[in-house]
Amino acid sequence: MSHNTMNLKLKVWRQKNANTTGAFKTYEVNDISDEMSFLEMLDVLNEKLIVTGDEPIAFDHDCREGICGMCSLYIDGKPHGPWQANTTCQLHMRAFKDGDTITIEPWRSNAFPIVKDLTVDRGAFDRIIQAGGYVSVNTGNAVDGNSLPIEKAKADESFAAAMCIGCGACVAACKNSSAMLFLSAKVSHLALLPQGEPERKSRVLNMVAQMDKEGFGSCTNTGACEAACPKEISIANIARLNKEYLRAGLTAE
Amino acid sequence: MLDSKIPAGKLEEKWVDYKGHCKLVNPANKRKMEVIVVGTGLAGASAAASLGELGYKVKAFCFQDSPRRAHSIAAQGGINAAKNYQNDGDSVFRLFYDTIKGGDYRAREANVHRLAEVSTNIIDQCVAQGVPFAREYGGLLSNRSFGGTQVQRTFYAAGQTGQQLLIGAYQALERQVALGNVTMYARHEMLDVVKIDGKAKGIIARNLITGELERHFGYAVLLCTGGYGNVFYLSTNAMGSNVTAAWKAHKQGAYFANPCFTQIHPTCIPVSGDHQSKLTLMSESLRNDGRIWVPKKQNDTRKANEIPEDERDYYLERRYPAFGNLVPRDVASRAAKERCDAGYGVGTSKQAVYLDYAAAIERYGKTEVSKQGLSNVSQEQIIALGKEVVKEKYGNLFDMYAKITGENPYEVPMRIYPAVHYTMGGLWVDYELQTSVPGLYALGEANFSDHGANRLGASALMQGLADGYFVVPYTLGNNLADEIYNTPIPTSHPAFEAAEKAVADRIHTLKNINGKQSVESFHKRLGKIIWNECGMSRSEAGLKQAIADVQALKKEFWSDVKIPGEINEYNPELDKANRVADFIELGELMCVDALNRNESCGGHFREEYQTPDGEALRDDENFMYVAAWEAKGEHEWQLHKEELKYDVIKPSQRNYK
Amino acid sequence: MTFKQMFISSVGKKLIMGFTGIFLVLFLIVHAGLNACIWAMDGGVMFNRAGHFMGSNVVPRILEVGLFFFIFLHIIQGYLLTLHNRSKRSVGYAVNYSKGSKWYSRSMAILGTILLLFFILHWKHFWIPSRITGVEEVTLPNGLMVHNLYAVMQETFQSLWVVIFYVIACISLGYHLAHGFQSAFKTIGVHNKRYHALISTLGYGFAIIIPLAFAMMPISFYLHWVN
Repeated sequence: MSHNTMNLKLKVWRQKNANTTGAFKTYEVNDISDEMSFLEMLDVLNEKLIVTGDEPIAFDHDCREGICGMCSLYIDGKPHGPWQANTTCQLHMRAFKDGDTITIEPWRSNAFPIVKDLTVDRGAFDRIIQAGGYVSVNTGNAVDGNSLPIEKAKADESFAAAMCIGCGACVAACKNSSAMLFLSAKVSHLALLPQGEPERKSRVLNMVAQMDKEGFGSCTNTGACEAACPKEISIANIARLNKEYLRAGLTAE
Repeated sequence: MLDSKIPAGKLEEKWVDYKGHCKLVNPANKRKMEVIVVGTGLAGASAAASLGELGYKVKAFCFQDSPRRAHSIAAQGGINAAKNYQNDGDSVFRLFYDTIKGGDYRAREANVHRLAEVSTNIIDQCVAQGVPFAREYGGLLSNRSFGGTQVQRTFYAAGQTGQQLLIGAYQALERQVALGNVTMYARHEMLDVVKIDGKAKGIIARNLITGELERHFGYAVLLCTGGYGNVFYLSTNAMGSNVTAAWKAHKQGAYFANPCFTQIHPTCIPVSGDHQSKLTLMSESLRNDGRIWVPKKQNDTRKANEIPEDERDYYLERRYPAFGNLVPRDVASRAAKERCDAGYGVGTSKQAVYLDYAAAIERYGKTEVSKQGLSNVSQEQIIALGKEVVKEKYGNLFDMYAKITGENPYEVPMRIYPAVHYTMGGLWVDYELQTSVPGLYALGEANFSDHGANRLGASALMQGLADGYFVVPYTLGNNLADEIYNTPIPTSHPAFEAAEKAVADRIHTLKNINGKQSVESFHKRLGKIIWNECGMSRSEAGLKQAIADVQALKKEFWSDVKIPGEINEYNPELDKANRVADFIELGELMCVDALNRNESCGGHFREEYQTPDGEALRDDENFMYVAAWEAKGEHEWQLHKEELKYDVIKPSQRNYK
Repeated sequence: MTFKQMFISSVGKKLIMGFTGIFLVLFLIVHAGLNACIWAMDGGVMFNRAGHFMGSNVVPRILEVGLFFFIFLHIIQGYLLTLHNRSKRSVGYAVNYSKGSKWYSRSMAILGTILLLFFILHWKHFWIPSRITGVEEVTLPNGLMVHNLYAVMQETFQSLWVVIFYVIACISLGYHLAHGFQSAFKTIGVHNKRYHALISTLGYGFAIIIPLAFAMMPISFYLHWVN
């Protein structure tokens, strides 16, 4: 329970809104406890900025327990910072040491335009889901939940893909700004379940088309997305998506 | 007296009868009717999707950047449903009974029975949507027991049930967006309800990116905006969770019911310092194997492992020999607070107790030894084997603890402390989920209706989805059937104009205070007042003091708050200021309600009303009612009572000794 | 959905890269196999015979057309894809993310460019003389007159600079394959854990063995291990 404090230098991207150009600004924060979360450290800085009449740094966050997918931040050259399988909100200052300079950038992708400072617009992800990331079943249509047994291994694999929190770290990590890990997680989640079967082909074709329209790049299988994913979504899902796409494309009418 | 519009007839026939007789809106008319849904958690997303499927023109609002972020996503444990797949004696009646009893007899029988009835449909619907629930090897759905019930009725998806259910509802919602039935307004916050001729006819929303105020008309307004746990500043709620929408409705005439009924969860990671911004819950299942203790000596500064066995006080086992560490949430929370307040707390803050797995590790280790038929094993080997077992059962929770605290819970006892995580109180609604303002509805945690004074585990997800998928599609139609004769009201109507002006004025006033203190600092102070005096235990003197303190804080807030940035831009500090201003007012009402309720029940514990050995003492004679408060003016509320009648269940005293 | 629509999408473009890549991998096996005949220590008889077969038989000639088509498709699509992907991030990072992926996975275009330069030289050395400008002929023991490509190799690889450039190209090929081999299979949809493990092992093995074999050819001539 012993804890240390540290003094840090932060290089933070500041940008007033989508229409202006931004630049890095350097801040110093002192007496940061290593028990703080990274976002709490930014809270401390923001409190200081507000009181001294500066504008606080805008960054997205909500649940602060690693599940809502709202927090982002590209910290020292990695989405969600140095820890593995972790979101920024769960990153704690123990990961840093006294005297460190930390560079904080927003997710960079033309498909994620900057709203302000470190906040970006990830609406593209919602539009990709709108293109087919669902099962078309109206409320009240369902049959009994146990009427259709599902192989446990497949259900588990589907769940592993469905764990995606839609944070966009995969896009931020990818040198091509590709959204394929996000997209493939949804396609896999539904393709592995019998409920997803009837729309299996149209789903993958439409979702890929929407992804292209949103301005994401192509996947070149570098694996950066998987390494940065806070939920460790497997890149095997991308291969599965490719298979689904090929199958759907070749057998289309 | 309030009319809750409960249908006549036998309890188990009320909902069936209602559905059979309620009025309907024909499809052609539905297409012409706009409906506003605020909030996109389980209740909001499911309602918006279902209403969109029915053909209504839905406008859905959320303050986050996407509807998928709503805090329903953080629910870990599971969702209850009376499926009785396990053949262990579950039934609709039993789920109904457990929920009423768990709520300490302060919930409405008819609503809770309906909840239990539709619980089974929820599971079917979610499975059909592709929610990957946990399954057995035979491919069928898996269940676990939860929160001390005697049957296995909880459906789950690892520790992420809330996430999976929300994604299911979110996908259904996005499908309706794609079909053009729902228009989604993300990063929008509702800042007022517009009332015309006494009915809710729209909202004023603020576009959080541009700061612009927008007027939206709707034949009905559905508030699905969650609970108000963040009034405590520190809670397991998301940072953005707020009471603003519900509070605005309250100011427009919707009664606020039982605001003092808040749930404190016993197993959370304790506060580590003043910088703390939120608290993280650790699943209740940890109490199944962990032993909770504090040192017998006050202000003991030794490390946990240096304190010998006979100097440890396993206070739950001592006070409640029958239930031990498995007493219900409210009892466990209060007992931890009692020890810490008496000076036995541990850790740097002294606001924590130990949750110790050493005994469990050894016990599991020994079981493994005999299971594997080993002989001549050293103590170290036993411990190593035990750790393996514990890792398998609780590994993800232990990892989470290690990540946050930097301590290894396999080696040292975990430190835990209770934290606010759910609010049973909320907007008063009738059987149709309509508030006291016609046309204004409240669903999910935002209403008060189903959990009484204490919520059972795995019931929040059930209620949110029940309200959205299966209740409101019927009850809304019943009321809108009479509205088809009214043409849509243009948003140039004077009522919209006035409402927008009032909202704009308030924002300008806030912004122009230009004081010295940040919004956050006010929120922290409010949280401390409410936590100390209206938290786990309450007293008349404390509550009176708290009311005075909150009133003073309100005055200070409105004269010294400092909001940076501009009004017409993305300005999270301004958003926060709007919310904290409402939390301050709600805080006062919570204390007023707690002061009024001269009894202890569920999550509400009044120090004056306890048994000689410190247990909660209910007063059914005088307080078996819902306290619904009507806003009358600044610091002024009028109490309306809704008598609770138990036709089927006979209330009894809870006992865990 | 038309085939055109299918292959111009972001996934479709990658499918083209994957399929052409796998074809080129197959070509490398054939090419390396035939060239290995130089080590028959028979003064190039077997090698020249193999070369003659490839140049005169109709099947390899048809395949050659396909080969050129696929090589150019692979190159052009590769460059277009790189440009396309680069355009998706107008403002770059101050600190690049380098830990999550291998440098060669991120450098396929550069490695590919080295290979393209190599091809130009390689065609100039062998393919153009053999197919267009003509090569000195030699009589095989069975009386057949064939191009003496063996002699061309002997002569070409007397220059140290050529040898060095060929070796650099082989190293580039190795890294290009280290990523490309398994990536191609992922792109065409092999996702099963079992097959994926098999393919990565195969891929790394291939990425070492084939370029090594190719690199040994100029070295063998330069150091007169074969004559």
